[in-house]
Formats: sequence, structure tokens, C-alpha cells
Amino acid sequence: MPEPQQPGSGLILLHSDDNVLIAARMLAAGTAVSIDGMNVALPTAIDVGHKVARRALKRGEKVSRYGAPIGTMSEPVAQGGHVHSHNLKSDYIPAHDRNAVHQSKEEG
Amino acid sequence: MNAPATFSSYLRADGRKGIRNVVLVAYLVECAHHVARQIVSKADDPSIQLVGFAGCYPNPYAFRIMEQIATHPNVGGILFVSLGCEGFDRGGIARLVEASGRPVETLVIQQEGGTRATLDAGIAAVRRLREQADQVPKVQMALSELVVGTICGGSDGTSGITANPAVGVCFDELIAEGATCIFEETGELIGCEQVMADRAITPELGARIEQAVVKAERYYTTLGYGSFSPGNSDGGLTTQEEKSLGAYSKSGNSPISGLIKPGEVPPAPGLYLMDVVPDGEVRFGFPNISDNAEIVELIASGSHLVLFTTGRGSVVGSAVSPVIKICANPETYDRLAGDMDVNAGRMLRGEASLGEVGREIFELVTEVAGGRQSVSEQLGHQEFVLTYKHFEPSGPACMPVRSGR
Repeated sequence: MPEPQQPGSGLILLHSDDNVLIAARMLAAGTAVSIDGMNVALPTAIDVGHKVARRALKRGEKVSRYGAPIGTMSEPVAQGGHVHSHNLKSDYIPAHDRNAVHQSKEEG
Repeated sequence: MNAPATFSSYLRADGRKGIRNVVLVAYLVECAHHVARQIVSKADDPSIQLVGFAGCYPNPYAFRIMEQIATHPNVGGILFVSLGCEGFDRGGIARLVEASGRPVETLVIQQEGGTRATLDAGIAAVRRLREQADQVPKVQMALSELVVGTICGGSDGTSGITANPAVGVCFDELIAEGATCIFEETGELIGCEQVMADRAITPELGARIEQAVVKAERYYTTLGYGSFSPGNSDGGLTTQEEKSLGAYSKSGNSPISGLIKPGEVPPAPGLYLMDVVPDGEVRFGFPNISDNAEIVELIASGSHLVLFTTGRGSVVGSAVSPVIKICANPETYDRLAGDMDVNAGRMLRGEASLGEVGREIFELVTEVAGGRQSVSEQLGHQEFVLTYKHFEPSGPACMPVRSGR
């Protein structure tokens, strides 16, 4: 089992080299969490299984989870911010959403 | 508690041992689906199950998978239902099933005289097949004779932390007991090819594994979609490689003994990767249209039972082989507890360790192999999907170990 970042904080660190943390439970916006000894208020709600920036991340920076790269930041994020499809992109194949069918119709 | 060393099984005439004794009704084209389904419905017996292939055009892959399903160790007999004009080689497959020592009957709707006549004949045929299957001798089976497959469906950000590594712990225990384990979906292992190749028992096999993942990436890129659903994103997964790393942990830490294609049965115990992405140019569409297509492939490669991890919450089971569902996400478990066998998400609430959940899955495997019904079996889930695909046979480098079975 991965170590909690801070016991009871609801955020877990899967690998010491990682720059994101994973929510072990739903965390409301404004929740105060401790990340590497710093107190941070989460700017948005974070669902279980979602990622939070362990530190400020710049555009172009590789994101690491399980100690392995999972993509590149397309937008910067502050410490404690939500890291997801709005600011993180695959280095392999782009992900799609439920609008994909309509988008391809518009393009085609 | 130590797992029982052996459990009761069904000994087939071809020497294989099954943990279930299913009689199948298989339609060989969509035009025969309704009649086949009616035969199964009228039988009203969970051990009489429906499988089939919808296409009218012949396809060597579909034939091979249907043959492996029809002669699976869990199958005690089969009724084929043909319309009469479709391309499926109904005579050829019946001869192969007969050669395996299993009872087989074939009904051709155009020759029987239509829907009602075929339905009546089918009900009688299934009754005969059930009686013959019940005559199969029961013998003890060891864990070392068991083949277990694993798949993840509806993955989310918790899958790679809880359920998937717990299956990996179970796989390592099973392999230590001499069992055979299969993990799959090379398209969901994009980004893991190098670490996987390093676990191969020979460098040549490692090179094949890397090639298989390169093939998967090319295939999915041509299609324009990765193996990544909107539900994965809702659940916190952002990229294909992030999903892959989580999926990869289902494989545990054992060496990889071979790379198989759907319908190829591992030649000896150990851990195998199944390459589910078709060979050659992209044709027939997506490699597997949904989770059950992959489950069918795992079963066609000999899986007696399948471990299915889910974060978002899948409810499916399968025809032929029991499916054990392991829920990664504690919130999903709270909503769908009635569909889950194992709550791996309690690891996130500090209520169980990875080793404890892995051990729970291992013990459940031995119990379900011994006859205990999984939750999806209790609920009557018997999904089955078989579509068009194209594969070249595996070369010798893919299976360095050849012995045993």
C-alpha cells in the first residue's frame, strides 16, 4: 500500500519521485491539506482517484506517477491544483471524450 | 488459512480438466441467434449457455475462437444452430468438437423446417447433451492445472493503486503454486513495453513483446482512439500511458514466459501476455469492441476463470468461465456492492493491506475453482462477444517454453 502523504490528509504519494498525489477520497474545494510539510487549500474539489500537483508544475514538464512518466503538462498548475486533461496531455495517443463523435462529424 | 491443495473437476475425454460443466448453444450467424436464444431460454438452466458469431462471412479467427470455446475444459457438450446459407464451416467445427470427445449436435434451420421445428429439435438436443455431459467423470484437480486470466474494465485513478496490484499479488502466488496466468491488452500497455520486455525469460521474447506494443500503438493511432474511454477520464485517469501503468500492475512480478495470441493455449505453467491487437493492416475495426470480447479471448486461450478489476464499476460476467470482480474504488463499491466479489478499495480507507487483498483474491480463486459461484454467476451474467479479426500465428520466439500440455 502506498504511503499517505500526510496521515488523514486524503492524498497519497505512490512513488518518492512523483510530482502528483492521488486523492484517496473525495476532497471538497477549500479543504486544507499538508503537502510536503506545506499547508495548501485545494482550489477545486478533487474526486477519489484524481491527481493533485505536489508542487507547482510548468508547461512542458513531465508528470510522474508510480515513478514513471504519464504525459506532459500543456498548461501550468500551482501546488495543490487539479492535474487532469485540461492541463496534462499524453506523449502517446490523445484521449477522447463523449463529444468525439460530434467533433469528427463537424470536421468531416 | 491454507488454500486447499486440490478441488473437484470434470475430466474431459481429451484429458483437460474443467471447473464447470456447461452445455453451449452456439448460433453460427445472427440469422440463427433468435432460435438459439429461445432454446437456451426454454431450457431455463444456468448451465445451458448461449454463445455465437453474428457474421455471415467466414473468418479464420472467429472459427478458431469458436473451436477453442466449444472444446474448452469447462464445456461438456455443444449444439450448433445454423441458418444454412452462412459461411461458417459448421461441418468442420462439429468434427473438431467430436474429435475432442465431447457430444455435439448441429441443427440447420433451413433443413429442420423453420423456427418452431428447430426450437423443438433444439430443446430435445440440449436435454440429450446435458445428460451426456453429466456422465463426465469427476476427478481432483490441482492449482497447478488451473489457467487464470485477468482483465480490467472501467478503470479509474484507483485501479492501479488497489485492485490491479492486488491481482498481481494473487498472480505471483498462483504462479508460485505452478498455475498458469494470462494478462492482456497490449494497447493498454503502451508505455510499459521496456519494463515488460526486461521481464521476458529470453531476449528474443522481450523483443517480440516490444514489437507487439509498437503494433498496438500503430493500430490504435490509425483508428484515432486509444484504448481509453470517457469513463476512465471521469475517474481521474488522464492519459493512455497512465492507464497502462496501472493496468500493468495486474501482471505481478513473475517472469514473462510467453506471448500468446487469442486462442493459443499456454504450453506450460507461468505468466503469459496475450497480444489482442490484430496483425497486418487495420481492418474490421477496433481490436476488441468491449470488455467481453477480451474475456472471450482469455477463455479461448484456456482460462478456467477470469479476474476482472474495475474502478468505475462493471457488472458483466461471461459464458463458459466464471468471472470474479474486484472493485478498486471504495465509492464505487458502496454503490455496486451487489455486483462485486472483492472490495479492494478498502485499501484506500486504510482497512486492508495490499497483501491481505491479494490473499483474499487468491483464496476466492481456489473456492470458485472448487465450485463456489462468483457474484456475476449468481446474477446470471453470461455475456459473450465474438467479432471479426485477423491474426498470424505466433512465431517460436514468442513461446520459448514448449512442453506439458
